[in-house]
Amino acid sequence: MTALQATCLIAVAAIGTLVVLTRDPLRQAAVAGIFGLALSALFLSVQAPDVALSQIAIGAIVVPVLVLLAMAKIREHDQ
Amino acid sequence: MSRQVRCGLALVALAALGATLVVAVGGLEPFGHYPGPYGDVLAKVVPGERHEGQLVAATVLDYRGFDTLGEELILFTAACGCVALLRLRRRERGSDLPAHERPLPSFAARAVGGALVGPVLVLAAYVVIHGHLTPGGGFSGGVIGAGALVLAYAAGQRVRLRRVGSIAMLETAEAIGAGGFAALALGGLLAVGATMQNFLPLGTSGMLLSAGTIPVGNLAIGIEVAGAVALIVAEFLEQALLEERPEADHSSQDAGLDAPRR
Amino acid sequence: MSVLAYLVAVWLLLAGIYGVVTSRHLVHLVTCLSVAQASTYVLLLAIGYRSGAQAPIFGDIPQSTPVVDPVVQALTLTDVVVSATVSALLLAIAVQAHKRFGSVDPDELNALRG
Repeated sequence: MTALQATCLIAVAAIGTLVVLTRDPLRQAAVAGIFGLALSALFLSVQAPDVALSQIAIGAIVVPVLVLLAMAKIREHDQ
Repeated sequence: MSRQVRCGLALVALAALGATLVVAVGGLEPFGHYPGPYGDVLAKVVPGERHEGQLVAATVLDYRGFDTLGEELILFTAACGCVALLRLRRRERGSDLPAHERPLPSFAARAVGGALVGPVLVLAAYVVIHGHLTPGGGFSGGVIGAGALVLAYAAGQRVRLRRVGSIAMLETAEAIGAGGFAALALGGLLAVGATMQNFLPLGTSGMLLSAGTIPVGNLAIGIEVAGAVALIVAEFLEQALLEERPEADHSSQDAGLDAPRR
Repeated sequence: MSVLAYLVAVWLLLAGIYGVVTSRHLVHLVTCLSVAQASTYVLLLAIGYRSGAQAPIFGDIPQSTPVVDPVVQALTLTDVVVSATVSALLLAIAVQAHKRFGSVDPDELNALRG
């Protein structure tokens, strides 16, 4: 295992724990974006470029946007 | 049971699960010593049989194409589910804000975002079409294409989602993609006698038109994924845009996607 | 050291499930579920990795170079996109639940209530 892979693995584990421990959904969306980035770095270091491409696109475009939109609707409904 | 009891029980169960998994994982091959035969078989066989070098695309669309058909239908069903769930609420809404009253994002966001929509679409088309030659393919390229729609909204372009043609176009694109891939599977059945068999001419490796049904499958999946993801985002967006109507003078809301006001 | 990858996958799964169980907000629950799903990606790719090998694309490398396993990459590739879509479906359900019951706290969403 190379040093890069070990670093990426530890980063993924740490950021994943942070995602779970962040309770506010809006902040969690931002941390989830960073988690997606760490995951794609890990995928690249394990020689999987297709998977990394998909993960970058999904983790940056789909997941934070949908969480923010869902929170926007829930908040509008609260008021 | 109360929340404390439930969390305590969960911790105990997770500890037991964790111990079991650690023991199980210790029995796997050490990291880096891939033992299995299938990767080696594919590496030897695919360039000769399919005239292409992208093993992942060949696996996704040809050798394990049946799994991809199922996954694509999961995508289709999830998009339909989102549409069904979110459309029920729209019957109670009225018309949204007239165009000139909507607040705009900052000039930098509009300029950069608007300028980037075209290149992002070209990038998505490139990734999809070259899926059998370079990393990428239908799934990645489709999501990038859906990202262009999100970028258009974030740049403040008034995406006319309620005009007839916009949501309908996304639904049509998604249906064409899903149907196209299923038709490809059936085409194998009709042309050669085995479902999902690669039945188009194989061509020379490295050219754009090679490897039979694999680029066509990539195109179908790209259209379907772009349509599905864009449809889901558009449904969520339409809800968010519509509900802005009675709160047009809200100034005390903190940051959320409903506030292109800074 | 060689089991670090698998241990990270196990840790992500446990963290994700813990987040789901102790969540107080439905949207937080969906994001924690996606963390648990990420554990499967890490496990699959770790199984298919071969030391010193290249990515499984023979565009410009000779066909005799050792490559990592393409089958697990194919599985993970479709899984990434599909699981994001399923998360979208869960978020739509969360929005509807908030409309119906007025709260997004899973503890208060009691189906047998009124």
